[in-house]
Amino acid sequence: MSGSMLRIENLTKTFPVRSAFGRISGEVTAVDNVSFDIEKGRVYGLAGESGSGKSTIARMIMGLTRPTAGKIFLDGLNITDTGSGRARRGKVQMVFQNPGSSLNARRTIGQSIAVPLDAHGHPRRDRARRIDELLEMVQLPAEFAERYPHELSGGQKQRVAIARALAIPPKLLVLDEPTSALDVSVQARVVDLLVDLGRRLDLTFLFISHDLSLMRNFAQSVGVLYLGKIVETGETAEVFENPQHDYTKLLLASVPVVSAEEEAMRPALPIVDGDILTSGSLLAGSKTGVERMEK
Amino acid sequence: MSEALLSVRDLCVDFTTYGRPLSVLKNVSLDVAARSQAALVGETGSGKTVTTKAIMGILRQPPATITAGRILYDGRDLLTMSKKERLALRGTAMAMVFQDPVRSLNPVFSIGDQMRTILKYADRRLGRHRTRTQRMDRVLEVLGQVRMREPERVARSYPVMLSGGMCQRVLIAMALLSEPKLLIADEPGTALDVTTQAQILRLLNKLVEEQDLALLMITHNLGVVRETSNYVYVMHNGKVVEHGRTDEIFAAPKEEYTGRLIAAVPRMTGGMSFGTREAAR
Repeated sequence: MSGSMLRIENLTKTFPVRSAFGRISGEVTAVDNVSFDIEKGRVYGLAGESGSGKSTIARMIMGLTRPTAGKIFLDGLNITDTGSGRARRGKVQMVFQNPGSSLNARRTIGQSIAVPLDAHGHPRRDRARRIDELLEMVQLPAEFAERYPHELSGGQKQRVAIARALAIPPKLLVLDEPTSALDVSVQARVVDLLVDLGRRLDLTFLFISHDLSLMRNFAQSVGVLYLGKIVETGETAEVFENPQHDYTKLLLASVPVVSAEEEAMRPALPIVDGDILTSGSLLAGSKTGVERMEK
Repeated sequence: MSEALLSVRDLCVDFTTYGRPLSVLKNVSLDVAARSQAALVGETGSGKTVTTKAIMGILRQPPATITAGRILYDGRDLLTMSKKERLALRGTAMAMVFQDPVRSLNPVFSIGDQMRTILKYADRRLGRHRTRTQRMDRVLEVLGQVRMREPERVARSYPVMLSGGMCQRVLIAMALLSEPKLLIADEPGTALDVTTQAQILRLLNKLVEEQDLALLMITHNLGVVRETSNYVYVMHNGKVVEHGRTDEIFAAPKEEYTGRLIAAVPRMTGGMSFGTREAAR
C-alpha cells in the first residue's frame, strides 16, 4: 500500500528569454530545484499564484515539457527523459482547469471519452459499454454520450473531463485547478466525486491550485510555491496553523474567509519597512524584493 | 426608506429568447444607504449582473425588457427620467468597476489619455469645465488615491505595461474621477491572484471611508461579502431570497439556500469531509 507514487528530485526548468528580434537575451528559471514525494493513495497539494511554476511542474510530470535538470520517478520508475508516451501510459492522467476548452466542441461526449480508449487499444466491441460505465462513474446519465459540450453545464463538463482521464485507470491523477471555473456548490460536488473515485480506484492525486481553502480540506500535505521554489512544505493542517515563511503567511492572510474562527487563526500580514509585503511588486520587481521576503 | 441612496423596487426583467419571454429578475428589491457597504451575492445565473446592468442603464434592450419596478437614485427614478438626465448620473454620481481589469482598458491609449478622456466627457455632461492641466492634475490625484507609487509614470504607461492588480486599481481610479457617491464593483479582483485581490479589497474598504462612498459589491465569493459589506442581499434564480446584516446572515442564515451556500465554502480551519457516505463504506 504505502511507498512513493511520485518522487520529484531537484527539478529545474529554465526558459530562454528572447528579445523582440528573437535573439536569446537571458533566461528565466520557472521551476527552481523543486523536490517532493507523494505517497501512494495520498493527496498532495501544490499551492501558488500565477507565475509560481505550478503548471510547468505539471507539464513536466506529464512529459509535455522537458526538465532542464532533476529527476521524476513515477511508481519507482525514472520517467524524466521519456516523452509523453510509453512510460506514462496507463499510469498518469491530467484534468485541466477549463473544461470548456479542454473538450473538443465538435465531438460528442462519447467520442471524446473514446479517444483514450482507442489510443490504448481498448477492444472496439466493448467501447460503448465502457463509455456508459465511465459516465455512470462520474454520475452522469448514459444519454450524455450523444451530447455535445455546449449542451452541458460547467460542472457536467468537468465530470466528463474526469471520466476521460479515468478511461484507462491511471495511478496518479494530476488536477490543475480543476474547480476554479465552477460555482462553489458545484465545486463541492466535483471534489466529492474525486474523493469517492480516489477511494474506489486507489488513486493518488497531485492537486494544483491557488484556492487555499479548498486545498486545506482536500490535500493531506502541501508545498507552497513561490517564484519556482517550494518555500514551505508539510502536513496541510500544520502549515496552515503555523506557517513559517513570510510568503505563506501573506498567502494565508489574503484569503477572504466566511467565519470568525477562520479569522482568528489568520496570520498577521507580514510587514516590512512599514509596508505590507506584496507578491505582485516582488514578481514585477527586482532581487531586492526577493531578499526582503527571505529575511 | 428615503435615506437610501440607491433603491431598487420590485424590479422585473424578462429576456426574449426564441420569441418567448423568460423571466430573469423577479421582484428584486434592494437598498444601498449613503456611505454604506452592501453586497449582492449569488452564483452563476442568479441575476446579479442583470440587476447591476439595469441599475447602470447598460442593459441591452432588446433582448431584455424591464417589465416592472423602479430604480431610485437619490429619490429620482432612473427608469423614467430623460436620457440626458440619466447620462449625467452615469459614470459621475454612480460609477462602476468592472471585473476583467486588463480587458476593460484600451490597449492603444496610455492610462493618462484614457482617464483624461473619461474626465472630459464626464465634465461635459455635468456642464463643468476644466483645462487640460487641471484634468491631468485630477488624474494624478486619483491615481495617488488608489495608492499608485508613481502616478506620473502610471499615467504615461499603456495597459500591457501594468500588472493585473495595477490595472484593477486604474479601473477603480477611473470610477473615482468624478467623485461618485455610489460605487458598484462587479467581482473586483476575481481575475487576480489571492494576495492581489486582498490588496484591492483593502483599498476599496479604505476608499469608502476616505471618500464618503457607498459601495455595492457584486460577487459570488462569500468571503469577499463578509470582508467588504455590512449588509447583504442573497440572490438565487432571479430573486432576492434573503437579506440582512452581513454578520447576522453568516452567523444564522434563515433561508435554506443561503445555509447551503455558506456550508459549501471550504474552511481554512479544515474539517470539511468530501466524498459521499456511500463510497466511504
